[in-house]
Amino acid sequence: MPNQPAIDVQNISKRFGKQVQALEDVSFQVQPGELFGLIGPDGAGKTALMRILTTLLLADEGQARVNGWDVRKDYKLIRRNVGYMPGRFSLYQDLSVEENLQFFATIFGAAIEENYGLIRDIYSQLEPFRTRKAGKLSGGMKQKLALSCALIHKPSVLFLDEPTTGVDAVSRHEFWEMLQRLRQKGITILVSTPYMDEAGLCERVALIQKGRILSIDTPANIVGSFDKPLLAIRTDNMYRLINDLRQFESTHSAYPFGDYVHLALDRPIWPEAVHAFLAAREHTGIEIKAATVTIEDSFMELMTRS
Amino acid sequence: MRTVLFIVRKEFVQIFRHKVMLPLIFLMPIIQLVILAHAADYEVRNINLHIVDHDLSQYSRRLAGKFQASGNFILTGSSFSSQAAFDEIQKGDADLFLDIPAGFQRSLLRESRAGLQLSVDAVNGVKAGLANAYATAIIQDFNEEVRSELAGPGAGKPSLAIASSNWFNPELNYFTFMVPGILVLLVTLVGMFLSGMNIVKEKEIGTIEQINVTPIRKYQFIIGKLLPFWIIANAELAIGLTVGWLIFDIPFVGSLWLVFGFAAIYLLVVLGMGLFISTVTETQQQAMFIAWFFLIIFILMSGLFTPIESMPPWAQQITKFNPVAYFVEVMRMVLLKGSGLMDIKRHILVMGGYALAVNGLAVWNYRKRS
Repeated sequence: MPNQPAIDVQNISKRFGKQVQALEDVSFQVQPGELFGLIGPDGAGKTALMRILTTLLLADEGQARVNGWDVRKDYKLIRRNVGYMPGRFSLYQDLSVEENLQFFATIFGAAIEENYGLIRDIYSQLEPFRTRKAGKLSGGMKQKLALSCALIHKPSVLFLDEPTTGVDAVSRHEFWEMLQRLRQKGITILVSTPYMDEAGLCERVALIQKGRILSIDTPANIVGSFDKPLLAIRTDNMYRLINDLRQFESTHSAYPFGDYVHLALDRPIWPEAVHAFLAAREHTGIEIKAATVTIEDSFMELMTRS
Repeated sequence: MRTVLFIVRKEFVQIFRHKVMLPLIFLMPIIQLVILAHAADYEVRNINLHIVDHDLSQYSRRLAGKFQASGNFILTGSSFSSQAAFDEIQKGDADLFLDIPAGFQRSLLRESRAGLQLSVDAVNGVKAGLANAYATAIIQDFNEEVRSELAGPGAGKPSLAIASSNWFNPELNYFTFMVPGILVLLVTLVGMFLSGMNIVKEKEIGTIEQINVTPIRKYQFIIGKLLPFWIIANAELAIGLTVGWLIFDIPFVGSLWLVFGFAAIYLLVVLGMGLFISTVTETQQQAMFIAWFFLIIFILMSGLFTPIESMPPWAQQITKFNPVAYFVEVMRMVLLKGSGLMDIKRHILVMGGYALAVNGLAVWNYRKRS
């Protein structure tokens, strides 16, 4: 079938117990060879979705297909052909780097040499630590090993659940570079992350919150959809600043953003008006500047809207 | 099949890599065997005896001497007041006291009858029962002696003399009796804990998640997990039997093949239970509690420490589901009595059925997805 999506999720819902609605009517598609990001805060339902797609969890409602295979019926085919890297380090800590890779290769009936080309970039960095136990590796190294193990059977679709959580900035950067290279080799990648800055590295992202998808688009379009004037403000009393700004008549929303508070306005107004408002409320050290819209701003906007 | 071998190899690498595991699996049970075999002895020897002799006659001394000569009693004190003797028991310095009243010898000679008081500390029921039995036997013996002396030989009431001979363990050697049973317990403990902690450990550290997305089949995984522990437990049994033979001189009357053949099936039951516990629990702590719950029942109802025949009927019914009871019995039957295949046929069939049921349940209950 031409143009069959690599991942096809339709109206998936999942409930844990009576209280928790983990996923609610989630639908999206990922094209073959696409690097697709699931962006959302902790508890948004990202892991549940990953686990449904990797056949570890059964959805209550809806259909999902990976490479055209149904996650319910064709789970054997899916398990054979996808790679999954759980959010928690799930390799054997008491086995060495080499033993872990060997073990996962053999249970997939693959030989390391066969698919070495696929993992060379990643594994070559681990090679000096071949005999070290996996538990003794650094966070970044662990992720590389986990990725190697998830790739060793040459999967066509790769599921990465928060691969960069708890990894230092340099390793995170390296990790995303590796993903870009894998994409060029034609592997479809579904990656979840709570970090907004990583969203821009995906081809398309789905913003997910409380089990519902807020928006699916390219990062540029998501940023572009933010149509409010945006100011970055800071004063000497940041806590009072947010509360005061929320009482300002033209305020659409105000939320902390790094060292600043981002103020989205309902209509364009002069920054001086904001300055005067804050000065009247006895703020000191007032600094106001125009802010560049990021995906996080769009996400905050979508969240408040929903 | 290849996949199973890879899992087995992985398990062995993991077990033997841990520095504590090897001594834990092999050395500790041997130490336990050597220690427990000496401790689990029902013969009550060192009973502390206190004598209150108000009579101080030839006969009263003779009776006291008989107690001391029996080997079961240690004379820890004597006094002339029952109250003092009772205080000794209160303090725990005496287990029982014998109160010989004044005029004991006189009434024995004149009236051919005399009274004695025997007071036993019954906090430990078993010990008290045995102490009482030993003391009564000694007094009866003394009674016979005195009677025949006073009336002359051949006189008095005829009485039956019972002479017993013990088969299969003629010297009533406790080691012979206990060591095979204790060995069963140790092998069971190691097998149940190793397997019970195993899958749940993978759950706890999250590795099961990675395993579950692989094409490994359920049965491959379970067999791969069972086999290493099955081999280890069998090796442990072999070592334990060697120790029993070298140190405790256990007779190997029956066929060793039969013992190991039965152990092979029995271990499937024990390991299967461990695996089943592993599949129903989420943490090693939970698994540990459940495993202990069953083990305590199995061990105390195995017939090793208290004979099954003396349990109430409902408890005897429960022991029919106790695999440990079967193996303890088979070990004693084969090693001590030389029972053959046909003698333990029923045991083999029951264990075989049990193994199928438990492992079937474990495979069925192990879910690769939730």
